Parts: sequence; C-alpha cells; structure tokens
Amino acid sequence: MSSKPITTYTLTRRGWLVGAGGVALGLMGALPAQAEDTIKVGILHSLSGTMAISETTLKDVMLMLIAEQNKKGGVLGKKLEAVVVDPASNWPLFAEKARELISQDKVAVVFGCWTSVSRKSVLPVFKELDSILFYPVQFEGEEGERNVFYTGAAPNQQAIPAVDYLMSADGGSVKRWVLEGTDYVYPRTTNKILEAYLKQKGVADEDIMINYTPFGFSDWQTEVSKIKAFGSAGKKTAVVSTINGDANVPFYKELGNQGIKATDIPVVAFSVGEEELAGLDTKPLVGHLAAWNYFESIKTPANAAFIKEWHDFIKNPKRTTNDPMEAHYIGFNMWVKAVEKAKTTNADKVIAALPGIKQANLTGGVSEMLPNHYITKPVFIGEIRADGQFDVVWKTKSLVPGQAWSPYLPGSKDLIADWVKLNCGNYNTVTKTCGGT
Amino acid sequence: MRFGRACLVALALAFGLALGVANAQAVSLDDAITHFTADDFDETLIGVNEVVASGSSRAETIIGALQNGQLMFSAEKKAVYIQDAAGQLVDAATGQPAGGPPPDDLDSVHLNNRLRGAIDAAMGQLTLLSRDPERRYQAAQAVFKSRAATALPTLEKAIAQETDGRVKVALEQARAAILLTTPGTSEADKLKAIATVRDRGDQDALGLLADIPAHETPVVAKAASDAIAAIQTRLAEWDAVQNLWYGLSLGSVLLLAAIGLAITFGVMGVINMAHGEMVMLGAYVTYVVQEIIRNNAPALFDYSLAIAIPLAFVFAGCVGILIERCIIRFLYGRPLETLLATWGLSLILQQAVRTVFGPNNREVGNPSFMSGAFDLGGITVTYNRLWIICFALAVFVALLGLLRYTRFGLEMRAVTQNRAMAASMGIRTSRVDALTFGLGSAIAGIAGVALSQIDNVSPNLGQSYIIDSFMVVVFGGVGNLWGTFVGSFVLGVANKFLEPFAGAVLGKIAILILIILFIQKRPRGLFALKGRAVEA
Repeated sequence: MSSKPITTYTLTRRGWLVGAGGVALGLMGALPAQAEDTIKVGILHSLSGTMAISETTLKDVMLMLIAEQNKKGGVLGKKLEAVVVDPASNWPLFAEKARELISQDKVAVVFGCWTSVSRKSVLPVFKELDSILFYPVQFEGEEGERNVFYTGAAPNQQAIPAVDYLMSADGGSVKRWVLEGTDYVYPRTTNKILEAYLKQKGVADEDIMINYTPFGFSDWQTEVSKIKAFGSAGKKTAVVSTINGDANVPFYKELGNQGIKATDIPVVAFSVGEEELAGLDTKPLVGHLAAWNYFESIKTPANAAFIKEWHDFIKNPKRTTNDPMEAHYIGFNMWVKAVEKAKTTNADKVIAALPGIKQANLTGGVSEMLPNHYITKPVFIGEIRADGQFDVVWKTKSLVPGQAWSPYLPGSKDLIADWVKLNCGNYNTVTKTCGGT
Repeated sequence: MRFGRACLVALALAFGLALGVANAQAVSLDDAITHFTADDFDETLIGVNEVVASGSSRAETIIGALQNGQLMFSAEKKAVYIQDAAGQLVDAATGQPAGGPPPDDLDSVHLNNRLRGAIDAAMGQLTLLSRDPERRYQAAQAVFKSRAATALPTLEKAIAQETDGRVKVALEQARAAILLTTPGTSEADKLKAIATVRDRGDQDALGLLADIPAHETPVVAKAASDAIAAIQTRLAEWDAVQNLWYGLSLGSVLLLAAIGLAITFGVMGVINMAHGEMVMLGAYVTYVVQEIIRNNAPALFDYSLAIAIPLAFVFAGCVGILIERCIIRFLYGRPLETLLATWGLSLILQQAVRTVFGPNNREVGNPSFMSGAFDLGGITVTYNRLWIICFALAVFVALLGLLRYTRFGLEMRAVTQNRAMAASMGIRTSRVDALTFGLGSAIAGIAGVALSQIDNVSPNLGQSYIIDSFMVVVFGGVGNLWGTFVGSFVLGVANKFLEPFAGAVLGKIAILILIILFIQKRPRGLFALKGRAVEA
C-alpha cells in the first residue's frame, strides 16, 4: 500500500490497486457494475505536505477498520471499498477532493480532515451535496453542522477538565497560568474559553499570560525564559500548551535544556500525543502532562486487541496508537451501526439514525452520539513517561458529553445544537430562534 | 502551591511529631514500605514520609529507586522490590536478592508531580550529609525548594561541618528559606534570612520572597519588598545580556542555514529553492548515523555528530553536484525556470524522504556535552546553543579560508567574476560550476547536522529555513560572505530584542518590514559588490 503522492487510488474488495488518478477515474466510469456491489467510504487525509505527519496514520487506521469490517462480512451484505485521496495539506484542495469523493466516486461517507481550516473548507461541499463527514480531531468547538459528526474532543472534553485537574491538590493547586499557543484559530478560541473560565474561577488578570508563536516556530529561548520569569512570582505556575505540530519538539527541548522540570512548572498539552513524542528524547520531560480521551497505555482488553490489530496491519510493532485513531474507531463503528439501523446508506437517513447510537470505546466506557453530533468521552490526564508513553494520573468520573457551543464565550453562551428535536445547529435558547446570536 | 506545600509541611510535621512524642511507636521500615503496594498517590506519599521518618539506612536507596522509577511492587504479595539496571529484583527493605520468579502483577510505583516534589524534598533531606559535595549541593537546592521544616536539624548539622564554600552558601540559603516560611522565627532571624536570600538573587529567590506571608511585621515586610526590588533590578539588567545571547544564538542558526545559500545564490546566482532540503538531508544523515551507532556501538554515541559531519558534507555535496549536472546547468541565466525547477525538486526530495523514513519526526539525541545548561551571572546558557555558535563560526572561517587560499577557491572566484575570461585562462568553468554548487549544498548538509540538535528531524525541516535563508542573503548583500555573516547576526539580535516587547508573531513581521524598508534604501544589501562584476 505504498502511498503515491497526489494520486487517487481505489481499493476494491479483490484488493487490486488502480493506479494514477486519471486512469482510476476512467476505469470507474467503465465499470459501473463493479461500483454497485460495494459501499464506498471516502478517506480525506493529507498524505503529503506538512500535515502528512499526523494524517497518514489516520488513513492507515481507516484502511484497517474497513478491512476488518469486510472480514466480518461488510455492511448490509455489501463489502466496503475505501477511496483514498490526498489533499496534500492544501486547504482549497480539501474542498476539491471532497467534491470529487462525493460526486464522482459516490462515497456514502467521508472520514477526514485534521486542521479546523480544512474542515471549514470542506463544509460547504458537504452541505451542498448532502453527505456525511466524520471529524476525528480535538478542536475548538463553536460549530454544530448537520452533515458533520465530531468524534474528537470539544473544549469541555479536554481543556476545561485539564485546567480543573491542575487547580486540584493533586495537580499542584496551580494559581498562575501561561496559555501558550500556535497562532491560529484552535489555540486562540481555546485560550479565549480558558481565559473566561479561569477568570470565572477567580484568577486575577495579572496571573494569566497569553502568548502566541508562528507555525513551525523553532527558536523558543525567549519564550521559555519568559515562562520561567513568569513562574517566579511565588505562586504555583503551569503552562497550558496549544502549541501545534512540529513546534512542540524544539519547545520541549528548550524546556529540558533550561532545566524547567515538571515539578516546578508543569506543562499540560492538548496537541501532544504518542506520535509527537516519538521524535523526542522524553527523559527530561517526565512528569509533563497531556490531556486526551485516549492513551495507548490504558489497559483494557479492547485497547489491547486494537493495538495488536494495528501492529499486525501496519507490520511494525513500534508504531504507536493515539487519540484521533480511537476517534475514527468510534466514529466508523457508529456509522456502521447507523447504516445497519437505517438499512440504507442514504445520507439523510443515516444522519437521522446516528444520534443515540452507542459504541464501546477503547478505554472501558460506552460513547454515545449526541443530538448535537458530538459524542460522550472520558477525559484522561497523562504524564509523560521516560519511554514516550503516558501514565494516566487522573480521569473524569464519568463520560463527558461534548458541547457544540462554549458556555464561557459571550458570543456562544446561549447557543445549543440539536439535530433531533430542534433540527438546528445554533439554536438560541434566549431568543428561542434558530440562527445564532 | 501554597496549600500543597502547607499540606506537605503539615504531614511531615505530623510524622516528625508522632516520632518525637511516641518514639516507642516509630514506624518500622517494613510498615512504611507497605504503603507503596496500594497503588494510590496518597498512600505512596505517606509511604515516602514514613520511610524518611523511619531513619533506616535503606531510606536513601529506597527513595532514590522511587525517584528513578526502579521501585516495583506486587499488590498480590504485598511486596516491594528494587529493580536494578540489569532487571534483577532486590527486596526493598533488606537489600537481599528476591528469590523465585518475579510476581505476575509486578508494576512500578506510579508517581505524579506532587509526589515527585515530595520525593525531591525527601531525597534532599536524606543526602544533606552525603560525602559527595555535588550531592550535598543538590540536596541543599532541593531543601531550598521544599522548605520542609523537618530538615532543619540536619541542615544545622550540615552547615556546621561543611567545608566547601559553594555548598555552604547553598546550605545557608536553604536554612534561610525554611526560617522565612516557618512560623515562630524571630524578627532578627527573618531579616538575616532575607539578606541571605537577597544575595542569592535569582528567580527562585524572587519566588520565595514573593511567597512570604502577608501578615509579617512592617520591618520584615519592608525588607522583603526591598529585596524583591533589588533582585528585579538585577535581573532586568541581565535581561539585556540574555537577549543579546539569544540573538547571537539565533544569528548562528541563521548563518548556518544561509551560508550554503550564500554560495549557490549569492555567488552563482542560482535561485535554489531546494536549499532547505539539503539541510534536511544533512539532518537525516545524522539520524541514520545515530541509529547505526545506537544499534551497534552505543559507547560511541557522543561522537555521533563528529562522524555525521563529514558524511553529511559528502552526501549533500554529491546530491548537489548531481542536481547541478542533471538540472541546473541547463537553466543558467533563466532565473524563473530555475526557481520552478528547484521548487519542484524540493517537493520531490521531501516526498522521497517521507517515503523512505515515514512522515513522522525522527529522534536525534543530543550527545551528553550538548545537553543541559549552566548559569553565567543572571543568564542561563544552554550547551547546545553554545556549541552551535562555535560550529557556525568554525564553518564560516573554514569557508573563507577555502575561498581565499585554495586553488578551487581562486577558480571559483574567477568564474563568478568573469566567466569568459576565466574560461580563456584554461579554467574548466562547467566543472567549477558543479563543484561550487556541490560546495554550497555540502555546507547546507553540515548545517543540517547542527540544526538536527535543536529542531525537528522531519521531511519539512528545510521549508522552515528557506525563507529565512533568502532573507539573510538578500539583506546581507548578494555575493558577499561577510554580508551573510553580519546580516544573520544583525537579524538574530534584532529579532530577539523585538520579541519580548512585540511577541514572537509581531516580532517576525516587524523584522520583515524593516528588511523591506532597508532594501528600498539599499537594493544591494548591507555589503554591496562593487566593480565590473556587478554589471556582468
């Protein structure tokens, strides 16, 4: 399954590969009978460019899940067929490829996107062509679309519990906060929500410092010494990091080199998982934290089976599993159940069938698709171990339902999404109207 | 923090009191360590305190093992072991080898940050009287941070018998920290303690003084606020030095990234968008070298960079020559085509690396001499940055020497200054072109070795440096190595002085605007080439 860049290739049930894009499309037109035997599942993840580092894994896990489902006999008596496209970390290309998947390949559902900007770019396409997107990554929320199902964490399923943990005695009773992020929409919105939340909890203005750095930032000397200085005011200080992607490695290296230990100033990260740590010597980072809804180190039979299946599929026992992979696992199985319940792959019927579907997650709970198209998830706080895995030090008592709109932002505190009773993604509970503020 | 620490102190005090009052009931080590089998953070904390309170000679070993993650337990057998480096189990309480096969539910005792803090404090207390001065120093620092009142008697004893000046100061600072934060210290003692802490004068001291309870007597409160002001003034002065150092360090990184481009773009005039990928190839050579060393000869790890540098030079150089022979030589004098061709080439190289090594970051370790930091006055100097500055300077000097004193350097300068004349003097200009491009690429390759120490080793590594490199070369003046040298340090220092005020994002924008304005005024950059060569 070599991933050829910028080509469309098609995996049929016989497992043969149709080569480069044009050829594939031509052949598909010529073989309509072939296409009707299968249900097509679109996979829209970047296999080249900056985001390939994170998204390639998700393409692989989807291929694994589809192969596994086909071994069980497929869905509605038909085999599933993966259609993989490469939007090449290029946001407008995401929309083009989504259109190609829905109108040319006639996929029943699409699993894809990582960055919020790529999701926003494909939204109009999914609305116009009325299809379904499963989005697996933790993000800033503030969205409730009929065609999108959000299996990643909303801010109330990651950021808020992490801050609660740090405020607790076990987390170190943190009184002073550095909100450090990469300069784009996810960190900015998350930090806005966190700032409002912290102030509501009585944290003074001067005890909050917010910093942004560009994408791929690599010279962290000044930022880290700023954090060090901010942390020397006699109050326990913590860093809440929404630093994304590649910038994390030099950030943690600089922390280690400047001798900031987790016992002095802990860093809790929302975008650092097992994959990101794989490129890093984690010994100086032991004790720094991450908040996720899944960790590879969590010991449950379901997780052990999933990890084994993954290693067998990818043929590399060193490859890690991570949170967005679990999100795809939950989302895919929910979609299968919904299709079986609706007895069709028709988008409208599946969208109606999805809310209320329950699926066991890999950490021992049962996640449920909610009317707002978010799911219920447990929240874990993990500490980085010397081997690059995480030790769970805290978890929520029960599963947390995802909130589409944050109650801590002035613009969205009255909004809710409900596609079952209200049939609305931004219903204002004060004015009782659908359509926002 | 304050609450957490109060809890700790209270706990520690409670155990200390329990010991003092009811000495007959002093916890035995065996009882203490059974707390570790509960797999519960609160129980483990009690265990740590009881082990310290037991006064056993094994306490230091046990707490040390806990600190290093070597303390194992079996909940079923209610047994606690220490696992040594070879994986052998030793009974924690007795130090005797544990007989029989390891229990099925063997697991390490889990820690969180609260516990790690308590363990650091406990270790500090246990090693205050250690024979090794370095350990005593570390212990004093740990006690300074923990301010655990229980350590005071041991601390007094340690101060009385200390002979090493540096350690003695640290011990006295630790005592001052405890005195300042425990109730019941006399005002005179507190004033003395504030003076001691004030002399320490770093950020930890600042944190301690800011933490002094608000209900102090006016004299103490005033002394504390004076001390805070004094420390802050001192730190502010050092801030400028720190910014300068950071600027030089950033400048050295820019110099490394740009110096190869100064040859391919600056001297040859080839707009080489694949320059960053040469840097990336150098970084991957480092990765491969380290991987081989890790698997075959781990003892050589500290020499991995020394081995990687010549290999990266040769490898990136060969790739550069190949590119020049296959693509660029057909495109001389056609800058637009060169730009597009090398841009395409950079994408091909990235995807090739992605296919071979995968899209994920690769781990490149720091050799021991490049890890950590030391304090110089009020600033922290990290070793990796220091070495990279030295390396950048060495590369620059070597390159200057090559151009000035070797036959190849002479030919190269001749060809770039007047190709036709050089050719008629018998210089094989096309060979010189290939070698020059190879040299530029090779230098980018060794820059990659250095940059692998501070940045990600991923297929995208080169992209983040290409814009900065062009910026430096254009700013410094095309065709002049000294321009690149001065340009990179000027930009680095300017960036680091802007960053604290403007933030990282605005700082970068401000630098770009400044460069644009500068280029308007001096289109040829800082060091403009003069003479007929410019017209050619």
